Amino acid sequence: MAAVERPFPPGDYDVVVVGSGPGGLQTSYFLRQFGIRHALLSRDERPGGMFQRYPIFQRLITWTKPDAPVERSSREYEWYDHNSLLAEEPELKALVPALMDRAYDLPSRAEMEAGLCAFADRAGLEARYGCTWESTRYEGERLVLETSDGEYRCRAAVFALGVTEPWRAEVPGLEHAAHYVDTRDPARYEGRDVFVVGKRNSGFEVAQGILPWARSIVLGSPRPVQTDALALSALRVRYLHPYDEYARGGPGTYVIDVSIERIERIGERLRVTTQGTTWDGTLEFEVDDVIAATGFQAPLQDLPQLGLVTVADGRIPALTPFWESVSLPGVFFAGNASQGARGIGKRGAGASSTSVNGFRYNARVLAGHLAERLDGGRPPREPVADLVSFLLHELTSAPELWVQKGYLCRVVSAADGSHVDEGVVPLASFLDSPGPDAYAASVEVDEAGKIVPTLYVRRGGDVHEHQLEHHPLHRYDGEPYRKHVSGIVS
Amino acid sequence: MSIAETLAQLALFADLTPSQLEAIAHSHEEDVFAAGERVLRRGLSGGNFYVILEGEASVELDGESRAKLARGDFFGEVSALTGEPPTTDVVAVTMLRCLVIPAPQLEQLLLDRPQLMLRMLRMEARRLRSTLEWQP
Repeated sequence: MAAVERPFPPGDYDVVVVGSGPGGLQTSYFLRQFGIRHALLSRDERPGGMFQRYPIFQRLITWTKPDAPVERSSREYEWYDHNSLLAEEPELKALVPALMDRAYDLPSRAEMEAGLCAFADRAGLEARYGCTWESTRYEGERLVLETSDGEYRCRAAVFALGVTEPWRAEVPGLEHAAHYVDTRDPARYEGRDVFVVGKRNSGFEVAQGILPWARSIVLGSPRPVQTDALALSALRVRYLHPYDEYARGGPGTYVIDVSIERIERIGERLRVTTQGTTWDGTLEFEVDDVIAATGFQAPLQDLPQLGLVTVADGRIPALTPFWESVSLPGVFFAGNASQGARGIGKRGAGASSTSVNGFRYNARVLAGHLAERLDGGRPPREPVADLVSFLLHELTSAPELWVQKGYLCRVVSAADGSHVDEGVVPLASFLDSPGPDAYAASVEVDEAGKIVPTLYVRRGGDVHEHQLEHHPLHRYDGEPYRKHVSGIVS
Repeated sequence: MSIAETLAQLALFADLTPSQLEAIAHSHEEDVFAAGERVLRRGLSGGNFYVILEGEASVELDGESRAKLARGDFFGEVSALTGEPPTTDVVAVTMLRCLVIPAPQLEQLLLDRPQLMLRMLRMEARRLRSTLEWQP
């Protein structure tokens, strides 16, 4: 068999993207659209490695609605389909819904993986597969990535490696626990007493999985369960089932607010010593198994040694609004790790950057930002003929704004009576950068949890905020809104 | 050092037990800002309450620094408690690491932990006194 030449040999590139999951593929696609010379590297053999290695994720939690009142090829359809990658070409858009069996409006793991492979294949996105990033250093302002295939030099590196590495809290004795990722077959917990450390997604998911098997289950962690938030989460079934049993006094299932002081081996069993956090007192448990459902971290390799600043106990890189490390210039993150940029965080709201629906937009904005920074060039801006209609349309149906609520905004600049579409940018960048008179449309959530479109008006350097009234059907293109927005912009 | 361990060293949280501090650390996010980034924005709704875990910040009015804040200081409490937008900006002077508590959670936390409320009130009273002192 003839050897196939692998793309992207070691050498000099403007940008190197590491990772071939949805974040890496989407970034590479948009860098190509912007004409940026880059290499895409992956230690895997094909796209979407996480969807092969973590079969515990049998179904996604973000919706894709195969039928919708808008065309699948339209931009507006993206709001109905949170799992397909973005593309300009109609034949590359909305690939996931066509692969779904419609058992749920949430794609299965296999459907998602097939969608990613189809995107990479049809878009002709090349990657150097089987190439592992090993270490990193600076040479002047350039970054050097050492890999299993040799050295890559670049002006910017984009790490899109997910948040998939098991993370364990620093609890004495937690090494006796299996991690959530190692708990595949629920039947092995038959007749056993199990303590699950953690009460977030993975803790409740594993607890729900072993409910029919285990003799008793205790879920323990310091933070109280936030039932009001969970009731609105796509994970509510998995979360609320064990909690529901506990809340109704069901014997054998307990959900408690404790800090875990230590875990010790006592013969065949494990003793878990805990202290109440929202109540006074201590509790001891003797169990057969402890499962650490303490979450995941981004695989950061040697970046922390290079000076990468992190949040969440070292798990996530701390990022600027354009997803650059706050401490390492030229080091960017895409995909799930882009959650390290929280945005302006109004009323505590974070960005939707932990799933494909949000980070696919981050990737497009990031590619545009890199194009501007590396090339100095800006893509041509389109004039906006009817400002009020444009803003109302964005506030009603722009998928970027509806997915990345309070994080991304659509900007229109004003000069000499005419208006220009400045595209989608992080809201923090609009609010905090000096610039010409302009309008920014954003979709936010108010104190009562209602979705409220918000307009920001920058005049003479000062920014003013205008909230529009909530509409029960989320339609912001009617007459009262037209009148309100006309008043704001005039 | 974990967030709970850092909180244990700050005067504001001095009366709380390690497990109470763990509950606070696990219930709220931390955020890190690069030098020069704005954290609190004058005139905008929905601002949070911030406790500085590391680094320095500057309270600014029209780009002029009016006060400096450092580890253990907090800001955003006035707008979080009154529901009014902040009257100043707060900008990171160095890299700034903060614990972020949204307004509704701040209210609940203060009601749940009166010792914390008293500490905060004392620190607020000192700020008020120094503000009144330098007024003519």
